[in-house]
Amino acid sequence: MKFKTFAAFVGPSVFMMLLFIAAPLVSVFIQSFQVTQPILERVEVETCTPGFLTQTCTTETKTVPVLDDNGKTITQTRWVGLQSYQNVLQMDKFWEAVSNGSWRDIMQIDFWKALRFTLSFTLLTLPLVIGVGLAIALAVNNATRAIRGPIIFISLLPFIITPVIGSLSIYWLFVGDGILTAMMERWTGTNISMFAQAWTIELLMYFYRVWHVAPFAFVIFYAGLQTVNMDTLESAVIDGASRWERLRHVIVPHLMPLIVFIALIHLMDCYRVFEEIVGFRSQAHVISLQWLTYDFMTPDDAGNRAISRASASAMLTMIGIVFLLILPLRRTWRDHKGSAH
Amino acid sequence: MFFRKIALAGAISLMGSASFATCSYENTTPIKSLSAGFEAWKAVTDAMAECGNFQAELDQEFRTKQPAAFEANPSLYQIGGVSNGTITPLINAGTIRPLDDLVAKYGQNLTPNQLIRINGEIMAVAMMVNTQHLMYRSDVFADLGIDVPTSWDEVYAAAEKIQAAGVVDYPLGATMKSGWNLAQEFVNMYPGFGGKFFNEDNTAAVNSDAGMQALATMQKALAFTDPEVLVSDSTYVQQQFQQGKIAMANLWASRAGAMNDAAESQVVGKVAMAAAPAAVEGGAPATTLWWDGIVIAKNITDEEADAAFRLAMEGLDAETVQGANEAAIWLVQGYEPTDIAAGAIATATANPAPPAYPSTTQMGLMHTVLGNELPAFLTGERDAQATLVAIEEAYTTSAKEAGVLK
Repeated sequence: MKFKTFAAFVGPSVFMMLLFIAAPLVSVFIQSFQVTQPILERVEVETCTPGFLTQTCTTETKTVPVLDDNGKTITQTRWVGLQSYQNVLQMDKFWEAVSNGSWRDIMQIDFWKALRFTLSFTLLTLPLVIGVGLAIALAVNNATRAIRGPIIFISLLPFIITPVIGSLSIYWLFVGDGILTAMMERWTGTNISMFAQAWTIELLMYFYRVWHVAPFAFVIFYAGLQTVNMDTLESAVIDGASRWERLRHVIVPHLMPLIVFIALIHLMDCYRVFEEIVGFRSQAHVISLQWLTYDFMTPDDAGNRAISRASASAMLTMIGIVFLLILPLRRTWRDHKGSAH
Repeated sequence: MFFRKIALAGAISLMGSASFATCSYENTTPIKSLSAGFEAWKAVTDAMAECGNFQAELDQEFRTKQPAAFEANPSLYQIGGVSNGTITPLINAGTIRPLDDLVAKYGQNLTPNQLIRINGEIMAVAMMVNTQHLMYRSDVFADLGIDVPTSWDEVYAAAEKIQAAGVVDYPLGATMKSGWNLAQEFVNMYPGFGGKFFNEDNTAAVNSDAGMQALATMQKALAFTDPEVLVSDSTYVQQQFQQGKIAMANLWASRAGAMNDAAESQVVGKVAMAAAPAAVEGGAPATTLWWDGIVIAKNITDEEADAAFRLAMEGLDAETVQGANEAAIWLVQGYEPTDIAAGAIATATANPAPPAYPSTTQMGLMHTVLGNELPAFLTGERDAQATLVAIEEAYTTSAKEAGVLK
């Protein structure tokens, strides 16, 4: 292909990637080393508040931002190096907790608490999603042709539901007197509170995520199953291979590139776990890294936002994803190189 | 035909907004407002809509949208609904205008009590007061012969009796959803024990005896509440009340009207209101006073501001209030306090009086920190002393980043 044609084809995508991925990333990276503050002054302010019948006026010294002639807040930006990262990671507290050998103390630090959950969430759901997805794919593949369409349609439904809505519906099913809690309470005769302790909330989150993502894995695997070499499979049958042996030695190796692909997508997606935290209102017990970034970004009633810490936290999340992806990416790269010659 | 139905629905809703039912004049300038979404705001904005050319956005996320929307030039909304907690970023950024001349022109019906003055200038017009008050099941209390509690010790004593009698699922409801709600509980309790949040130099001062007492009092509630109390916000507690699952709660006055809403409440007429309980016997009610009201954006033309304010006055007139008397503790003339307002009025006029919510830049930071750090104490992961230390440390980090502390 001529370079000009190549450039004309690839150019727009490269431009989009630079504009919408690279540029924001660079900006967040820079902001994580900066702190922007309004210039504040202390002034006497008299404020009058209504009671029900009378008004009370109080004069107090308030810290308020200075405005310029156009009525805009004057801000100053300074470089603070790794300060924001230190504020997020709290390494001094972390090492102190480590030297005390106290897991409890480590879990008191927001970042490490969030990292613990995010990692266990990501790594525990991965095999489940692949396993369940493969199981559904095999089941559908072996089902009578006539009912395949409807089965595929129904098993895809969980994946179509918006994650926030999905997690909210699970929350409403299990909270307080939700339908399912009420049913379980009737069976067991005890009072069940799924959202009162961390482990039940986490269990629901794992369950929800597998329910939500397994259909995606299923569709990919189902497509892959259509390309299994029938000759190999038949000769395996003739050689007396059992169902399990055929699965292990023929089908799974054939699907391996797809398994790696799903693992890649799943790791990236799961490390950004957020909807479950918001939907389940689990902040008191369980938080995730993405939620931590969101919490820093959310303005409080006075309008303050911790932008620098949010940027640092976002960068740390990205670094985490890169670490997680190294293993499957190396495998893909090796396969790719292997097939090249 | 689906499409025809939609077109029809659109046409009818247009017709609805174009009717000038009871408005005294016709508004010709397009006006938009952004406010919270509870009953009182619905009543006020509905009244404003009667004059035409008005669009109201009722959104519980208004507190995060408002500062940016008002900073735009021209401002995205002409009218803002604020409370004393959420007016701070607007004042700080200078995005709302003084209203003295407009009040002189259109505000004949306003009482002096409604005018929120900051440094002598009227910056907002209040329409209602909001505060927490003790809501309790009068039938349960009468059956068990319990007196209405006036302090938190008495609340817990009453809760014990109700629990022993087993007439409701949980004696007590509490708005302890981690984050803003839980922090607000602490902000209510802590000054009741004589605590102050900050030292003169803006450093945190919550690590004190009052802090320990406030935490201990909050923790005692857990024995009497739903085990899932850390996901329970105002709406959740309101529903628990309506379904007869709890017998009392210290809840917002703006939620009282819902108790007698026969469409969704099973306890119509059974919930009575009293002043918020005091933290210490004979002290001020352990709550904070709030007001809700309107502000006018700065980045709009004077004509728009004129039209917006006139429209707002139409929404805040006696007619609106008489049509929605139970929706709030109105400050507007024509309001007739009913039984459900008794508790909030008792709270607001108590002697000593509860403090107004201390809305400042530092308090915003402190509120967030409290909301994030208190759950670990209530789940038992951390003791009270360590929690107070953690709150101060987290506040210091935020305050340094925000430039409040050097």
